[in-house]
Amino acid sequence: MRMGLYDTLKQAITEERPVALATVIAVAGDGVTVGAKLLVWPDGSSEGSLGLQALDAQVQASAVSLLESAATRTVEIALPGETERVVSVFIESFVPAPTLYMVGAVHIASALTALAKVLGFRTVVIDARAAFATDERFSHADELIVAWPDEALAGKLTHSSYVAVLTHDPKLDDPALKVALPSPARYVGALGSPTTHAKRLVRLRAEGLSEEHLARLHAPIGLKIGAKTPDEIAVSILAEIVQAKRAKSQ
Amino acid sequence: MQEVLADIERWRARGEGVAIATVVKTMGSSPRQVGAKMAVSSGGSMAGSVSGGCIEGAVFEECQDAIASGRARLLRFGVADETAWEVGLACGGEIEVFVEPLTW
Repeated sequence: MRMGLYDTLKQAITEERPVALATVIAVAGDGVTVGAKLLVWPDGSSEGSLGLQALDAQVQASAVSLLESAATRTVEIALPGETERVVSVFIESFVPAPTLYMVGAVHIASALTALAKVLGFRTVVIDARAAFATDERFSHADELIVAWPDEALAGKLTHSSYVAVLTHDPKLDDPALKVALPSPARYVGALGSPTTHAKRLVRLRAEGLSEEHLARLHAPIGLKIGAKTPDEIAVSILAEIVQAKRAKSQ
Repeated sequence: MQEVLADIERWRARGEGVAIATVVKTMGSSPRQVGAKMAVSSGGSMAGSVSGGCIEGAVFEECQDAIASGRARLLRFGVADETAWEVGLACGGEIEVFVEPLTW
């Protein structure tokens, strides 16, 4: 049996790839059937059909712009040439929620968790040190994981994942980076001065990470805005994350 | 959608027919947002929700009809005077639900 639109949709959702599903929910006039479907990808390509090429083309354009803002709504489309024919098309955006993984349950992670939530990120804080990673300190995080970061991150990172490595401790930072840099994660940044970073690069190279993977690392982390306090540093990190999220490439 | 995927998979594996109900419009207060889904199998199983429990019974029946007839329908629920206690929304809102058989 051929793969139906439902199976394609299910696969995209499971693999956390953004996709829009357009469905004709009401029709005035004939030629278009209630229940007809069109799957639209972010690049404007599509599968299926609503019954008319002109309708498909208009819905594709609407779906692409709705996908950009992760919006879901009904659009009323008047078919060209015939004023009487208006088709109601329900367009659903299936966009995975971006997740920010913070390695290190440190002060900056607390500020970053609060700000990231405002921007719509799911927040996950990871630290092997139980004294740092307490519910009391991180009650505002969506998830708090007490484990070694490489174990906690393994297999979890997708194209909608963002990773901020914040411990200052190579014992925790390096294993996290070894998992995050070769992963599909959209952003990987690490805290530390240029000197700290230079030493880190030497260690990671010795561990066998490729230059291509090392070039993905944002370090020192954050945009240069002269941040000093943990809250200000959180703003600079998030600004850099938003920049990566909105970058056109990929 | 995520919350009903696993159930739908199980029902299809058992060879049952499936219908999906989706909230496509809300007016006034309503417990579930546009895009909320409920799935129903021909065997009588149910997953997800389209309201706070107010209209699930009626939607369940419409889903069974959709599986049997193979046809999709747009339904509107609201507080409609005397029928309010039957399939109305206690919250005073109004919602539109699209019910379709999973044949795509």
